[in-house]
Amino acid sequence: MDTNLVLVLLLAPFLGFLFNVFLGKKAGKNVVGIVGTLSVAVSFVITLYLFANASQEPVVINLFDWISIQRFDISFGFLIDQLSILWLLFVTGIGSLIHLYSISYMHDDEKMHSFFAYLNLFIFFMIALVIGSNLLMMFIGWEGVGLCSYLLIGFWYKNQNFNDAAKKAFIMNRIGDLGFLIGIFIVGSLFNTLDFTSLRTTIESAKDVSDLWIAIAALALFIGATGKSAQLPLYTWLPDAMAGPTPVSALIHAATMVTAGIFMLTRLNFLFDMAPSVQNIIAIVGACTALVAATIALVQNDIKKVLAYSTVSQLGLMFLALGLGAYEVAVFHVITHAFFKACLFLGSGSVIHGLHGEQDMRKMGGLKKAMPITFITMLIASLAIAGIFPLAGFWSKDEILMTAFNHSNNKALWVVGSIASIMTAFYMFRLIYLTFFNSFRGTEEQKHHLHESPSLITVPLIILAILSFVGGAISLPGHSWLNDYLAPLFTKVAHEEHTLGSTEYMLMAIATIGALIGIGIAYKKYLKDNTIPSEDAEITGLSKVLYNKYYVDEIYDSVFVKPINLLSDLFREHVEKSLSALVFGLGKVTNEIAIQGKKAHNGSVGFYLFAFVIGVIVILTYLFLQQFFI
Amino acid sequence: MDVTTLLIILLLGAFATYFSGDKWAPKVALLFSLTAFAGAICLLSQYNLGNEISYSKLWIAKPKIYFALQADGLALAMVLLTTALTPIIIFSSFGNTYKNSKAFYALIVFMSFAMSGTFLASDGLLYYIFWELSLIPIYFIALIWGNGDAEERKKAVVKFFIYTLAGSLFMLIAFVYLFQKAGSFLISDLTALNLSSSEQFWIFMAFFLAYAIKIPLIPFHTWQAKVYQKAPTVGTMLLAGIMLKMGLYSVIRWQLPIAPLAAKEYMYVFIGLGIAGVIYGSIVALKQKDLKKLLAYSSMAHVGLIAAGAYTLTLDGLRGAVLQMIAHGFVVVGLFFVAEIIFRRYETRKIAEMGGIRAQSPKFTSMFMILVLASVALPSTFNFVGEFTVLYSLSQVNVWFAILGGTTIILGAYYMLKMFQHIMLGETNAKLFADVTFNEGLALVVVIAVLFFFGLYPKPIMELITPSLENILTQINRFN
Repeated sequence: MDTNLVLVLLLAPFLGFLFNVFLGKKAGKNVVGIVGTLSVAVSFVITLYLFANASQEPVVINLFDWISIQRFDISFGFLIDQLSILWLLFVTGIGSLIHLYSISYMHDDEKMHSFFAYLNLFIFFMIALVIGSNLLMMFIGWEGVGLCSYLLIGFWYKNQNFNDAAKKAFIMNRIGDLGFLIGIFIVGSLFNTLDFTSLRTTIESAKDVSDLWIAIAALALFIGATGKSAQLPLYTWLPDAMAGPTPVSALIHAATMVTAGIFMLTRLNFLFDMAPSVQNIIAIVGACTALVAATIALVQNDIKKVLAYSTVSQLGLMFLALGLGAYEVAVFHVITHAFFKACLFLGSGSVIHGLHGEQDMRKMGGLKKAMPITFITMLIASLAIAGIFPLAGFWSKDEILMTAFNHSNNKALWVVGSIASIMTAFYMFRLIYLTFFNSFRGTEEQKHHLHESPSLITVPLIILAILSFVGGAISLPGHSWLNDYLAPLFTKVAHEEHTLGSTEYMLMAIATIGALIGIGIAYKKYLKDNTIPSEDAEITGLSKVLYNKYYVDEIYDSVFVKPINLLSDLFREHVEKSLSALVFGLGKVTNEIAIQGKKAHNGSVGFYLFAFVIGVIVILTYLFLQQFFI
Repeated sequence: MDVTTLLIILLLGAFATYFSGDKWAPKVALLFSLTAFAGAICLLSQYNLGNEISYSKLWIAKPKIYFALQADGLALAMVLLTTALTPIIIFSSFGNTYKNSKAFYALIVFMSFAMSGTFLASDGLLYYIFWELSLIPIYFIALIWGNGDAEERKKAVVKFFIYTLAGSLFMLIAFVYLFQKAGSFLISDLTALNLSSSEQFWIFMAFFLAYAIKIPLIPFHTWQAKVYQKAPTVGTMLLAGIMLKMGLYSVIRWQLPIAPLAAKEYMYVFIGLGIAGVIYGSIVALKQKDLKKLLAYSSMAHVGLIAAGAYTLTLDGLRGAVLQMIAHGFVVVGLFFVAEIIFRRYETRKIAEMGGIRAQSPKFTSMFMILVLASVALPSTFNFVGEFTVLYSLSQVNVWFAILGGTTIILGAYYMLKMFQHIMLGETNAKLFADVTFNEGLALVVVIAVLFFFGLYPKPIMELITPSLENILTQINRFN
């Protein structure tokens, strides 16, 4: 494989970034949009070429030695294999679509060039993350996308609430990143390499390596994943991240960046397979996240918040699959989720655009006439995420639930996953009914201006809706192209593909009925009875707890943020002074003497310099004279 | 050409600056400091070619004191840091005017001379003289050209002076004791001594006092914040960028090889002290109201981590420490310059009086942001290379050290981003903020370029310092 090709793939978005930073303002909005989009499209085209011509064997490109540790060198290198190509496909593919969409969506923003610059930079780091040949290269991309996320959440920086959200995202991610780093350290000291290909062979042949340390490494790396992929307990930044412009929510906080944790675990599948206890933890954390986030999504009224919690919940399902060792299933859901969740976010963006910034579903309603394309595409995506046959989400979610069901005799994970899925169907259709059906609840002014979005917005929606419809085809039970494609990555023989026996049909039936029940309840409540969620002040009981997200933010605030700030005050105001007194060795008496002494000398520098010189002379003299007496 | 040439350039530069008069002094100082940097580069190429650039001559016959300057890779790296930062620091001050500027700039160049001498000296007494000599210019710079209330400033600066001087005296005593044993002050003789472990302990502690105050390590840091705040920004840059590295460098060069048994025996204590500084400094930084004081505590946190790395007594720890020393030198100079740029426009260092600058100054914002990111060790910046290596070395000693020391990546992000938010973001400030001038931008761009270049390609520095550090490790392990 041509090294230059890979470099172009990586650097095209970076050049787009440089262009937009340095020339963007002068070049004008149209040029900014075109250059920004094309630079990602170039990467997409190269990815397609790589995809078509890739060999079975992974290709490693080492550019130079980057950091040296005593026992090993860490190279600046890339790894192109099935996994990276797969991720590149949807990162650059969906990335191109969302860039295209943003040309129209951000056109009225005076800082459009910065927006495209950051978005290009994000794609650059995301590519770096995906094609890094070792853990530390991955870490460059990992922190880089975190940076872009920070910059884009706080894009409208005049609003300090948005800046708070951006900061929160960065810091919570960094908690996870510390886990990632610790994992890297342990992996490095256990196996003397951070290189993915050598790690795999080393681990397979390793004999005397302590299981405990492998488990600790796996756990630490998983903590890293919980930060980036918004899992319990580090998920609270993602809903706040909705402060960013909607294309950002679609690209970074739904389709690509938040899947980095899943990418990492899949990349290191050979390591996690050796730590079954950690895999159990991953499965449980995933299932719990799926359920907790789904319950919160039930009552949210901000259209983007619903989608955000939905994302957290779906990521939870993916981790559930990872914990069960079904990496290919998790990857399958990553891909289908990227299609329908990007579509949903972009659709919500179209709605928000149409309503001039309104995000509260209580003030929407009846939009399906005015925005037919947005409505239909979002409806398809909602059906897909709800898991209705034969849309993409049906197949991928079904695979996860089947895996959970077959995994052991304990059906708890399957039950939790299924409940979360039923809830998904409910809250998605709650969103659809509240937004598009019945009569419009906004102002007359808004009503007057209702319109379908321009084609730069609707075309990406249509493409994503089609993908949400047919995307399941890449991994049909019994005929899974995806599983075959990914097979070389996994050390364990890929899970026997589910042959469609009676159990499987029954599970599918249960899942479908569950989804229909969820949709049915939403239909009854929000379409038939035309219920409008109550005003914030009137929410009571369990809904209030859910509406306030179980008060997790408040709990974190009082357990971590406030104490550390109090500690800071304490240190700054008291400890510093005491330390100063302590170290100076000035008790009360000596302090007094010092003050008197200072008065006497009037703080004269000359005196101290003099003392210093005298001291040196005395010592030199002593040394000199000493020669004669020894 | 050998290293004495470099020192002569700097010393001459100091005099030439003084005699060139107030008008020309800044330019002459810049010229000589740039020449010194060029000289350091020449020395580097000579060194890489394998030519002898060290210098040693008997200075005083009785007692035997040598004028010995030893330029190995480690010393060269530090000299390069010093001579690279000095012109940047001088150049960054071009937007300000100082009364009696000939003395001001002469002292800066003189300080560069003394610090370079400290890094190069391989005779204990010569080293001690350079070490103390470097204190004098910074003392005057802070006292005369500093800001804020004169009385308060005097108090802070005098405290600093006495404090560091007192610490150093213990070092001198240790040297005298060592001289009695070895018959010379030469480092090669001192590291060949067969000291008992209790002797090593006392010597280690005497050195420790001098270095812990200079670096500064908790709880010896209490002079730092006030002095950083009161000194003119140029002085703060000299202190934080270069001078505190003298302490860290001396740990590696003198303390560890001379008293390795004590270093091993109490390794956990000193690593712990370094890490305590990381956490404490970060937490105190969080609520600082004065920008320069915030940066002072941030600096304290960073050097705590560097010291912890050095005290691991491993190649990774030492190498990470040196890399991080250099990286920190650049980033901290950049950040203090940012504080100065803001001060030039708003005449305040109180964070509460800033805010909403971003909308008015895109260039300044980007450069400030990059420096913040480098400071929190974003991968691909030089600081990440150093921090990663140090944290890795800590994890090899005990994984808890890496976890506790690693809190710097969380806490650092917290206080730095909070600071950035309060200074730069929010509604546009009513007070006009002009974007960086060409000169200001140039200084920042140079710093940023260095941070990215070595962040992606630290190999040249690693190759420069590794052989010297391996020698030092051999000396450290000679009792095994």
